[in-house]
Amino acid sequence: MLRLYDVEVASRLLLGSARYPSPSILTEAVKASGAEIVTVSLRRESGGERAGQGFWSIIRDLGVRVLPNTAGCHSVKEAVTTAQMAREVFGTSWVKLEVIGEDETLQPDVFGLVEATRILCKEGFDVFPYTTEDLIVAEQLLEAGCRVLMPWGAPIGSGRGLNNPFALKMLRARLPDVPLIVDAGIGVPSHASQALELGYDAVLINTAVSQARDPVAMAGAFAHAVAAGRAAYEAGPMEPRDLAVPSTPVIGKALLR
Amino acid sequence: MQILVNGASREVRAADLSGALEELGYGGAVIATAVNGEFVAVAERTTARLADGDRIEVLAPMQGG
Repeated sequence: MLRLYDVEVASRLLLGSARYPSPSILTEAVKASGAEIVTVSLRRESGGERAGQGFWSIIRDLGVRVLPNTAGCHSVKEAVTTAQMAREVFGTSWVKLEVIGEDETLQPDVFGLVEATRILCKEGFDVFPYTTEDLIVAEQLLEAGCRVLMPWGAPIGSGRGLNNPFALKMLRARLPDVPLIVDAGIGVPSHASQALELGYDAVLINTAVSQARDPVAMAGAFAHAVAAGRAAYEAGPMEPRDLAVPSTPVIGKALLR
Repeated sequence: MQILVNGASREVRAADLSGALEELGYGGAVIATAVNGEFVAVAERTTARLADGDRIEVLAPMQGG
């Protein structure tokens, strides 16, 4: 079981709810993924259309735990206010905190992130910070009150996988007791397996599932990949080396020359 | 009075946020509100007085990654 703040979950796959071809495909994809945590956001609601009300009823019917995000927020003030609004609407103190620093890469503004985290933790939020793989930023986020960290694998929606496995491995080694979730950049199930094999506790995936030709089938593929990656980590992978080592015993080989 | 609701100019008669939301068609909806960039909780909407030119944000659950 994975413990995130005071909640235990069996699934190590967190799923985003955006960019699916239809609401029914979203529903089926969540079920196929086995995810117990689904990310959501807040956007402007029209008094006439009330589109958000329908979406919210779909999510509620799924019976999952929601993780509201502060996507698109570029300042500490915006992110904090969005988190406060999300806590009321979604009835959870959990927040996936995003403070975006740059539009092309959607790279987190880690300075703003630490500042917003400090404010929100004091207000009783359970912050899931979308951060980079930087160890010192991670330490400051923990000092500010986080008990979970979510370093990126690659830019959001890029599908590039783990851009910096070395730094992710180092972060895992330096923070052995902190739940670490790779958030963003995962493109195919093998990327998710890699994150779990490195000892990451979970992955958060959206675009790789929602933009697949068959999102429901891809959600299932990711569920298998995450389970396989975790099982491999627990089984203790071998250390890679540069030169060959014969797997078949050399002793006892016949002399046939 | 004239206020900005989600960036669009709207005319409302109500003097408080709760009344304005009813007037604008948000009755019974699951929404969160902010006035001039500050979060206004559900419990505070009836006492939140509006003034001409106020900027209201009305947000609801939406897809997110």
